[in-house]
Amino acid sequence: MVNRRQTMLALAALAAAPLGCTRRARDTNTVSFWAVGREGEVAADLIQDFLRERPEIHVEVQKLPWTAAHEKLLTAYAGETLPDLCSLGNTWIPEFVALDALAPLDTLAGASREVALDDYFPGILDSNRVAQTLYGIPWYIDTNVLYYRRDLLQQAGFDAPPVTWAEWERMLGAIKALVGRERYSVLLPLNEFWPLVTLSLQQPADLLRDDGRYGNFRSADFHRALEFYVSMFRRDWAPKMTNTQVSNVWDEFGRGMFSFYISGPWNIAEFKKRMPPQLRDAWMTAPMPGPNGPGSSTAGGASLVIFSNSKSRPATWALMEYLSRPAVQERFYELTGNMPPRRSTWQSSTLATSPYAKAYHTQLDRVRSPPKVPEWERIAQEMRLAAERVVQGVSSVDQACLALDRKTDEILEKRRWMMDKDRAT
Amino acid sequence: MRPQRAAWWFVAPALIVLGVFFFLPVLAALVMSLTDFDLYALDNFDNLRWIGFENYARLLREPLFWKALGNTLYFVAIGVPLSIGVSLGAALLVNSKVAKFRSLFRTVYFAPVVTTLVAVAVVWRYIFHTRYGFLNYSLVSIGLSPVDWMGDPRWAMPAIVILAVWKNFGYNMIILLAALQNIPEDLYEAARIDGASGWQQFRHVTLPGIGPVLLLVSILTMTGYFQLFAEPYVMTEGGPLQATYSVLYFMFEEGFKWWSLGRASAVAFLLFVLMFIVTVVQLRLGRERGGR
Repeated sequence: MVNRRQTMLALAALAAAPLGCTRRARDTNTVSFWAVGREGEVAADLIQDFLRERPEIHVEVQKLPWTAAHEKLLTAYAGETLPDLCSLGNTWIPEFVALDALAPLDTLAGASREVALDDYFPGILDSNRVAQTLYGIPWYIDTNVLYYRRDLLQQAGFDAPPVTWAEWERMLGAIKALVGRERYSVLLPLNEFWPLVTLSLQQPADLLRDDGRYGNFRSADFHRALEFYVSMFRRDWAPKMTNTQVSNVWDEFGRGMFSFYISGPWNIAEFKKRMPPQLRDAWMTAPMPGPNGPGSSTAGGASLVIFSNSKSRPATWALMEYLSRPAVQERFYELTGNMPPRRSTWQSSTLATSPYAKAYHTQLDRVRSPPKVPEWERIAQEMRLAAERVVQGVSSVDQACLALDRKTDEILEKRRWMMDKDRAT
Repeated sequence: MRPQRAAWWFVAPALIVLGVFFFLPVLAALVMSLTDFDLYALDNFDNLRWIGFENYARLLREPLFWKALGNTLYFVAIGVPLSIGVSLGAALLVNSKVAKFRSLFRTVYFAPVVTTLVAVAVVWRYIFHTRYGFLNYSLVSIGLSPVDWMGDPRWAMPAIVILAVWKNFGYNMIILLAALQNIPEDLYEAARIDGASGWQQFRHVTLPGIGPVLLLVSILTMTGYFQLFAEPYVMTEGGPLQATYSVLYFMFEEGFKWWSLGRASAVAFLLFVLMFIVTVVQLRLGRERGGR
């Protein structure tokens, strides 16, 4: 419930808002930089060398939490108070391109000696292009791989992690037989869309058709992915649970409530910290298994972007170049554990020797972007809901695919209208 | 004439603030609800389409909206009487002559109201936990089978009701307590002399005495409970299977997650109309009872 106190606070905040907007007139050597997430805490530290190299440039760093970043950015867009530089989740790029809020970077990157585009993992770089135009320079990657319990897999009779879905199924079945009724083989949280999205991106068919005008969820390929996802619940290999219900994913992984978990690089540090000491070597990461061999995963990550209203583009680009240097990215990895998007940074000693990072290195050659439409996140949410309906036994796979397709077409109606209008003019 | 003009001058500051910060935005929202204002329109007003009542028509065709409305009504129908009942019970207990440590209990019962919901939710998530939760532990120890509170679509809403009632009953308790203390002691004395039992005293002295306050409390609680949002937001994210998805949650997601501000405004007005009707009915019922 929204109570009266909150309403009053909101009103007070509204009244105070104009005060926050007044900022001093920006000169071309001042770069405002919004860093999202934990990266914001280390950004000020990270750019010290840059400030020494370029004393004429002044950088203002602002921290934003991930949970509020999207709303803050859109509000700033509406209020014309966007910064010069920002780290943006790369699935948000199409949305801000639709708003004409991002500066194209092809010319700058083409002429740059520091940003060598062919040094980046192609799948990750591609997630920054909308209609062949480059709008972001990858800053760090966030793809999903498989975390698994090595000891339990061994007890079930397997020495290596799965490479194909068929192998994975055999392991899931064997682990379930081993751990019994109270425990499971894999955790696929019902409130997260990433596991299902990852499995569907492993299929050749695109999730949307006709240049993102309509949904493509009636395809046999998506059927197969959804069927596989749902079968893990049907066979009782995965608990019908959300992340909030599990309460503490790391503890439960340690207790062996599940042996497989799909997650991003940030979880390496968490598992290292939170697994009980006697289980320190009992877990490992592996690239995603695919339908018929090594599978692809999502091309997630954060990118550095310049907003189109920036008055200090050369200075901003200089900072972006600095942040993209392999040496700086290595330092960034040491400070945050965020994995770099450049091949040359991966040669560095710390990354090359981390056993947990290896799976990510392999996976980065096989990543695929989700559809690049501004409506993507909403569609992904609908995918999750469709899957949940099948898992809870409310609808069949066929019904869910049909309903999802219809819903997606409805969500994309405005996009179709916009595209037709653009073509007409 | 003169004093009237002076009066206008006195209320003008309040009226201006209300006009600028309340009536104007409400009017703008009404206009917005007749358009398809969204991200694309934020970029360029040429991308805005005037669609009349299409937002409303689409909402009424949208199964998720009906589901959210059904959930909200379910929450109001169970939550409001339960909440007022618990508040009244607590107020009577705290007001009772035989109770000890009355001010301590008054503070304890009021504490959940001033505690941050997010912090409370962390604790309640453990209480509702299927395996380690206190609630299921108690259920099992008295021989019942455990309930998958947050995971079973049938039990998620009752769980939210329990949390909401626990969180909010203290507020109404304080108001009702004040009303109870306003009932003159001699009325009870007279009733006792006439030989009225405890129940008769409650029915014929206490209830009529707090009648108007009870009506006020029920309207305030009802309007508050119609705006169910924060509890499912922090506990279940509207799930499982959207069993705790409320109208306000629907509006929040349309507006601030997907930026379909036109549609979100339409939801707001539908909710307003609904709450208005229910309040009018409640007031009329209250007045009829008062008139009798």
